[in-house]
Parts: sequence; C-alpha cells; structure tokens
Amino acid sequence: MSKKEFIWNRKHLIGLRELSREEIEYILDTAQGFEQVSTRSIKKAPTLRGKVVVNLFFEDSTRTRNSFTLAANRLSADVIEFTQKSSSVSKGETLLDTARNLEAMGIDIVVIRHSAGGAPKFLSRNINACVVNAGDGYCEHPTQGLLDTFTIRKIKGSLEGLKIAIVGDIAHSRVARSDIYAMTKLGAEVTLVGPPTLMPAKVSQLPVQVSYSLDAVIGQVDVINMLRIQFERMGTNPFPSIKEYSHYFGLTVERMKKAKKDILVMHPGPINRGVEIESEVADGTNSVILQQVTNGLAVRMAVLFLVNQAAMAKE
Amino acid sequence: MAKNILIKNGFVIDPANKINQKANVYVVDGKIAEVSKFEPKADLIIDAAGKYVLPGLIDIHVHFREPGDEEEETIASGSAAAVAGGFTSVVCMPNTDPAIDDATSVEYIHRMGRQARRTHVYVMGAITKGRAGEQLSEMGFMTQAGAVGFTDDGSGVQNAAVMLRALKYSSMFKNIVISQHCQDNLLAGAGAMNAGFNSTVLGLPGIDPLAEEMMLWRDIQLVRKTNMRYHVQHVSTAKSAELIRQAKNDCLPITCEVAPHHLLLTDDACCDYDTNYKVNPPLRTAKDIEAIKQAIKDGVIDALASDHAPHLKSEKELEFLAAPFGIASLECALGLYIKALIEPKIIDWPQLVSIMAVNPAKIISVDKGTLGKGKQADITIIDPDFEYTVDVNKFRSKSKNCPYDGWKLKGKVEYTIVGGEIRYSTFATV
Repeated sequence: MSKKEFIWNRKHLIGLRELSREEIEYILDTAQGFEQVSTRSIKKAPTLRGKVVVNLFFEDSTRTRNSFTLAANRLSADVIEFTQKSSSVSKGETLLDTARNLEAMGIDIVVIRHSAGGAPKFLSRNINACVVNAGDGYCEHPTQGLLDTFTIRKIKGSLEGLKIAIVGDIAHSRVARSDIYAMTKLGAEVTLVGPPTLMPAKVSQLPVQVSYSLDAVIGQVDVINMLRIQFERMGTNPFPSIKEYSHYFGLTVERMKKAKKDILVMHPGPINRGVEIESEVADGTNSVILQQVTNGLAVRMAVLFLVNQAAMAKE
Repeated sequence: MAKNILIKNGFVIDPANKINQKANVYVVDGKIAEVSKFEPKADLIIDAAGKYVLPGLIDIHVHFREPGDEEEETIASGSAAAVAGGFTSVVCMPNTDPAIDDATSVEYIHRMGRQARRTHVYVMGAITKGRAGEQLSEMGFMTQAGAVGFTDDGSGVQNAAVMLRALKYSSMFKNIVISQHCQDNLLAGAGAMNAGFNSTVLGLPGIDPLAEEMMLWRDIQLVRKTNMRYHVQHVSTAKSAELIRQAKNDCLPITCEVAPHHLLLTDDACCDYDTNYKVNPPLRTAKDIEAIKQAIKDGVIDALASDHAPHLKSEKELEFLAAPFGIASLECALGLYIKALIEPKIIDWPQLVSIMAVNPAKIISVDKGTLGKGKQADITIIDPDFEYTVDVNKFRSKSKNCPYDGWKLKGKVEYTIVGGEIRYSTFATV
C-alpha cells in the first residue's frame, strides 16, 4: 500500500506494541510535516482549533508535559492542565471518576501519564474522548519511542539494519519497551544491556538480544540509548551501589573511545549525570539528547493531529 | 419443611459408600434414611430421573466479607450464592475487617450462618492476631467455639518460627488443620499478576511462582518436623503440585486445594487489563494448568474450592495495579469444574464428588460428604447435561466481579437440600 492510500484510524495511542510498521512510519512522516511549524514566525497551525486537550498527569513530569502542552498550543487547542496534587484525586476520587468529570466538560483528547501500567487502556475503554498515553507505569511511553525513532531516522536516514543498544534499567523502563517495538519494527537490531536484576521476566521472548556487558556491545552499535535508573520503582536494591553500576554500565568518556565515531548517544531524560552517563558524553558531539526533546514536539503534534482526525472520521 | 422426602429415579453418586447407580434416596427428619430401590411413601417426592444425586458439595474456601465489608458480601448473601451453586457447606476465611481471630468472632459467623438458613457455614480462625503474622491467636478458644481450622489467608505467615509454633501449638487440639496461603511477601513484592512475558509487556509488576513455591517448600520442612496436619490453599503452579506430590509420597499429613481459575485461565487473560482476572495467587501459564490437572487426575489434589472473593464493581473499576484481587465464582464453580475436568475426561463423576464433597469434609473434620444412612441429609441434585449461560446479573452474591459472565457451562444445580430442607431449587423460590 502506498503512503497516500494509508488511512490512520486509531483515535487512541496506547502503545507501539499494537502498531504496525506502516502506522509507525505514518506518524513519523506526519511529524516531519509538523517540524516546520516551529520554524515559522507565528508558530501556530489551526488544526485543533476549538478542541480541548487535557493533560492528565498523575506523575511528575517536566519535558513530556510541557512538550504535549506546547504541541497542543501550536495546533491551536485549548489545554487543561491537571495535576494530582491539586485535584480531587488527592481526596480519594478514582481515575475513572476524574476522567468522566473532565469529559462532562466537553474534552476531546486526554493525554494521560500514570504510575499504573494499563491506565490509558483502561481509560480508553471507558470514555469517549481520544486517549494518548504519555507514559504508564513501566508499560509504554509511545511518544518517547516515536521521538527516539524519529531522531535516529532523521540523522541516519533509516533504521533498517542499524544496531541499537538500550542500556540500563530495562525492567522498569516504559521507554525501553516502546523503543524496542518501534525500532525493531523499522528494521533495527536492538540489544538490551544491563545487569540481570534489571532485565524483565522472559525478556528473551522479545525480538532483542540481551547482554550484561556494555564493554562487549559498545563497539558494535550505531546508536546507544542510556536509560535512567528508576529508583522510585524499585523495591530492594537490584545492584550493590551506584558506584558499581556506573563502573559496569555508565557511559563514560573512556568507554566512548571504543565506540564508532558516528555513534548517536541518546537519553530520554532526566539525566542522572555521573551515574548512567558522564556529563562530557551527555553534552558531547555524539549526543542528540536535546534534539530528541526538539523532535518530541513535532511527534506529539503529529499524534494529537492524527488521533483527532480519526475521532472526527468516526463521528 | 417436609418430614419425609423421596428423591426417586436419580443416579446416585456417593463415593464414600461406593454407590454409583440409579437409586432412590429417602430422607426422614433431616437425615438419610435409605439409599436403595425401595420406594416408600413420602410427604414430598422429587423426580430426579436423568439427574445426578450427590452428597452436598463442600466449599472449603470462601470469602463472605462479614464483618467489615458487608457491601461486598454478607453471610446471608454469600450463603444464598452457595446453595445456588450446589454447596451445602462452606468455610469462611478469616481475612475480614476485623479479622476473625477470637472465639466471639467465630461464634458471630456461626450465628449469622444459622440465621441465613441456607448453607452450613463453618469458619477458619486466623493463625495470628489480626493476621499480622506475629502472635498466635487464641486457637484453643476458637476451636471450642467451632473453628474448623486456622489460616491467615489473604497472606501467608511470613515468619517460619511463628508458623512452626502454630503447627506445634495446634497439635493440642483434635482435628484441627493449619491452612496456608503460600506466598513469600518479599519475593512477591507489589506484584499484580504472574511474573512472565505478559507482565513484561504489560508493564505490570509480577508475582514470581517462586513466591508460592518457596513458602510451600519451607512449610513442608516444618510439617516434616511436627507431623501436624497442613493444608495448602489455592495451588497455582506446576512446581507447587510437584512439591505436594513429593510430600505425600513421604507420607506427610498434607492436603491441598485448587481454585477454578487456576484450571481455566492463564495470565494471557490479563492482557486487556481487565481487573476481573486479577487474583492472588495470580493466573499462571498453560504448563501450570496442565500440571495441576495431572495432579488432580493422580489424586494429589484433595479438594476443589471456589476461592469466592467478591468485590464491588466500583472497587474493580480501577487501574489493574490499584484493583483488589479476587473473583466471585460460587454460583458457577461446579460448572467450571465440570468444564475443566469432566468434559475433557480428566476425571469422572465419582472422582469429582470425592474432591468436592468427601475430601473437603475430611479436611475440615466434619461428618459430611456422604449419603450414608443416618447422616445429615445434605444433598445436591444436578442436571449434568443442562447447558446454561453464566449471567452475573442473576447472581445471589452481592458482587459481580466474575470473568465467566457469558460463558456457556454444563451441569445445572436443580436442588440443594441442607439438613433435609430444600434451600435452593431452580423450580421455585425457596
């Protein structure tokens, strides 16, 4: 099927696991078209004029929330910002009641971040508005997966045949899961690197390689994505000390000497400088960390645009 | 109440008396007077042609939520659900709020059970005060009050020394069983479902099968030391079944039960985050189901319980992580077991009756599970071929958290007779 014939018909974006390669590429292509909006003198498109987007964030977030807010603003939507601390949730209201109340106000798109895996899917089953997952527990963070993929594609031209390492706390990372689905569907070979205690159950059933040695992998890969250690999601310590973790899995200047010259260094943020990545590497010439943030805006504009289009088509 | 009841032309399955044939069952003054071809006059005649007449089924694992959470279930509503499911006796778990951990609480459950006038209601007391896992509760007083065993169900006793003490102490009392919800809390963590590939892609914390197996292995060593009666609740893994098999081979006094969901559902069912599939122990894998079914066939599994765990819709209408564990299944448990075990010919009807009536009675040491002469007339009459669709809206249970809604099942309960009194009938409001 040619790109022109493709019709996007999902009014929710819950995760990348359920998307086909065509759908992922369609979002990336759409995002490419939205990039130029941010370069205009008036950075606005009328696409979502008259629509209401709710940022329903039950977890702290800086870049994702602001990115979604700005993306919605640039598409001319009205944006409601919701935070758990200042909401009725702190008085015991359930997620569903909260969403239904917001829906009664006539919202069109809910962007949800939640600590519970499956919360966006649960919501999508119970409300009429479009639901966009902005990160659920350690299930998925689809727009991060898309912006990571978009960034790689933009610089490398294609993901086909690329070798990509995702390093660190795989078990608790929603980014890792979304990255795996998007990157492998677009033809990349993904290797997960980290201590066995940070690998999820039955990880070998995913279409990935697993390695416990960053030194063994670093020289082979075209892209390396360093993950933050999700201390807040861990029970007992999965490794003895940060010092030891950094020794084995930190991306240091020294370790970068073994890497390919044109390796892309990525990080979804926020960075624990000196833990998973040394400052000099994070800010170095191979780093595309800030480009990821920039690209996130275009990707999120594309997603908001597409889900709204699908919803309107279904009306 | 009819003084005499004649149940005629039914197919009587009474493994305790090795009866497996067409016969009449004659009930006089609430007791079994005779099972034979004899056809005496009676105040009430039930024509059971084409039906199976069984000793009343016994469910040794139900949660009736009273006291504390009466909006979910009461002893009255739970008992009504029980008789509709063919159960003439049930054993309530003590994880209520407050916990059933003293004689007064035990007496209260019995009183409410009698008032409900449906099924016989028994109760297990908590092993430890408040189910906190630290200090033994007053097992003696609770035994005197009629508790049929002890468990901290809802959680396992984490401290091995406390468990050892519980086993030793309970040896003072005749016919008391210590039951365990085998789960090591540290290994289970904040798990919401089985740890495996599905939990990985769903991004949900998993409960490793080891959490069950480690505590079971530990307790087997404690039983080896004390030789006290010990019962494993809701066995969910292949390895657990194997550990129990070995322990039985070593002649340890161990019994165990399974719940229907661990025979019919795998953790694939959680893939849509439907909280009706959230149970503890969690749904496992097809391999686990296969092993447990084999263990049932081999006689390693002693009892089939329902683990009826009612919750309000509002409690289950939450994110998977936040929702409580449990399935309401009393009213369809028999049909589910028929589907899981009889239809695929894993066991036959006498075996089913053994593990749903005879053995459960032995585990809780009550003189039931048989249609022997002089026994209390607890009888379940079912139409084995009658197909019906599970409809949660018709449940007597106050809660409808049941993933089997809409399932087609065979084996409909027609009469549940408790102490010679018809307490449930499909043909009339009782």
